[in-house]
Amino acid sequence: MESLVTNLLNGLSWGMLLFLISVGLTTIFGVLGILNFAHGSFFMLGAYLCMQVMHVVPSFWIGILIGPLAVALLGIVIEKLLLRKVYGRDITFQLLLTFAILLVLDDAVRIIWGPGYHVVDAPKILAGTIPLFAHSYPVYRIFLVIIGPLIGIALWSFFHFTRWGKIIRAAAVNREMAEGVGIRVPLLFTAVFAFGTWLAAFGGALAAPHQSVAPSMGESIIIESFIVVVIGGMGSFPGAFAGALLLGLLESFGTVFAGRAQMALPYILLALVLLIRPRGFFGREA
Amino acid sequence: MKKQPGYPKTVIFLILLIGFLVGCPFFLPTYWTFILGEILIMALFSMSFNLLLGYSGLLSFGQAGFFGVGAYSTALLIIKGWQSLSLILLVGIFTAALAAVIIGFLCVRRDEIYFAMITLGFGMMLFTIAHNWIELTGGSDGLPLASLPTLRIPGLELSLFDPRNMYLLILAVFLAGIFLLWRLVRSPFGLILTAVRENKERLAFVGADVRLVRLAAFTIAGGLAGLSGTLFCLFNSMATPDFMHWSYSAKPILMTILGGSGVFLGPAFGAVIFFLLEQVITNITDNWMIFLGAILIPVVIFFPQGILGTMVKYFDRGQESDRQ
Repeated sequence: MESLVTNLLNGLSWGMLLFLISVGLTTIFGVLGILNFAHGSFFMLGAYLCMQVMHVVPSFWIGILIGPLAVALLGIVIEKLLLRKVYGRDITFQLLLTFAILLVLDDAVRIIWGPGYHVVDAPKILAGTIPLFAHSYPVYRIFLVIIGPLIGIALWSFFHFTRWGKIIRAAAVNREMAEGVGIRVPLLFTAVFAFGTWLAAFGGALAAPHQSVAPSMGESIIIESFIVVVIGGMGSFPGAFAGALLLGLLESFGTVFAGRAQMALPYILLALVLLIRPRGFFGREA
Repeated sequence: MKKQPGYPKTVIFLILLIGFLVGCPFFLPTYWTFILGEILIMALFSMSFNLLLGYSGLLSFGQAGFFGVGAYSTALLIIKGWQSLSLILLVGIFTAALAAVIIGFLCVRRDEIYFAMITLGFGMMLFTIAHNWIELTGGSDGLPLASLPTLRIPGLELSLFDPRNMYLLILAVFLAGIFLLWRLVRSPFGLILTAVRENKERLAFVGADVRLVRLAAFTIAGGLAGLSGTLFCLFNSMATPDFMHWSYSAKPILMTILGGSGVFLGPAFGAVIFFLLEQVITNITDNWMIFLGAILIPVVIFFPQGILGTMVKYFDRGQESDRQ
């Protein structure tokens, strides 16, 4: 029972972080048509910048506010200077360009902050553990499990009820039509990329007290969010939600029923979905 | 049609190039012989990969998986006490091709990003097997080799621990591999591959089995990747799971795009550039990746045909204007 609850909470909290970065990735793909390899690097930068802000102002809340915004600004620069040049080009070049950006960002982080691990303390009210089924469980992880769905609902409301959210969804469904009804597409592209980048960085900042901050944190999460986006259906918001939860739970429960093979489960899931339903759970027919 | 340069000139150039490559270990310092050996292995790996990207239009993100299958079968055979080098090389090709035909059977029905993602998934599955099946593969430590088989040529027995012999073996296999690739892309099969890349619907209508053609290309590319993995295992005296990680699959992609996927020797050229840059830059600073990325960005944006590809195009145009 207690391992069930522990695994459930682990899976949910990890799934929520995965969701934050996948929803940005899938939105960028849906609107810009680019599968962004550097997305995990923005996640990592979010964590580092949150930490850096906390060195100046020792408050996690200010760190998580300012850090991701700084990353979003960087996203705007990258979209305007680099990504613009490869819209509509062959996917090989798009993937490689964003891969090159990943190389630059990851190495820049190593130069600035060093290759080692850093620890970011959770804010005081979320520090420590609480007993749960005779087990002590970190409060911060429970905070993630609670705040995750709230962020999910907030994002869903944003996409469904606000003007910008509707515009983004419209552009993701049919870019030409969106252009036709007078949406300023270049501006939209920049805004969507900045928003996706911010989501990744926000996820990174949220993850900072949950795991250690290290240059490798982007590289490990990017493949998992690729899996989430592909199995959920590329460009699909509910797909990212379902995919992230599924992958989070699969990974936490995988150790119980699959033992050492657990590491392969996400890839097996990816291959199965691509073979049986290539468009993903919520994907549209192309 | 693009005009072919005159045959005699090409033949003379090739003979000079091969002569130069054979002569290298006799005047280069040992360190550079090592580097050159590694360049040749990665060049073969990249050129086999380009059979998919450049000729069939398929971006595979799992080639390192087959490279690793070749490396692990080599390491296992040597540990089991196999002595025959030619058999080891053949088994390396065969096991990788077998893995490629099974995985390819499932992958070739997908296109573009879905193909890239599914090959990434299968590549990482192979990586996970290498990483977690500790009894067989030694886990993350890999399989180090204490001995290497000797290179037997009638009348000669050469130790592969001598870097010069190792280099010459690599060169011989490399030349055989690219000769095979050359014959392949110049054959009717090569034409069909290009046709699949250009318009697979039309090709399917005229009765070609697109999947089968792609599967054949995938298997050959996988087998040759396995051959380069076999060489790399001998070269490094070990096989480790790192060889199979997705970041290793990115290497042939980088080299191919750097050199140019549309030119036969483009990927090999890209491998040379890659290693030379790495040597020069790591002499100055440890942060080679940031430079690689910074070089790659303008290449991808401004020279999508790669360095050799752009040069060839420029040279061709120059020649044509000379004739006019």
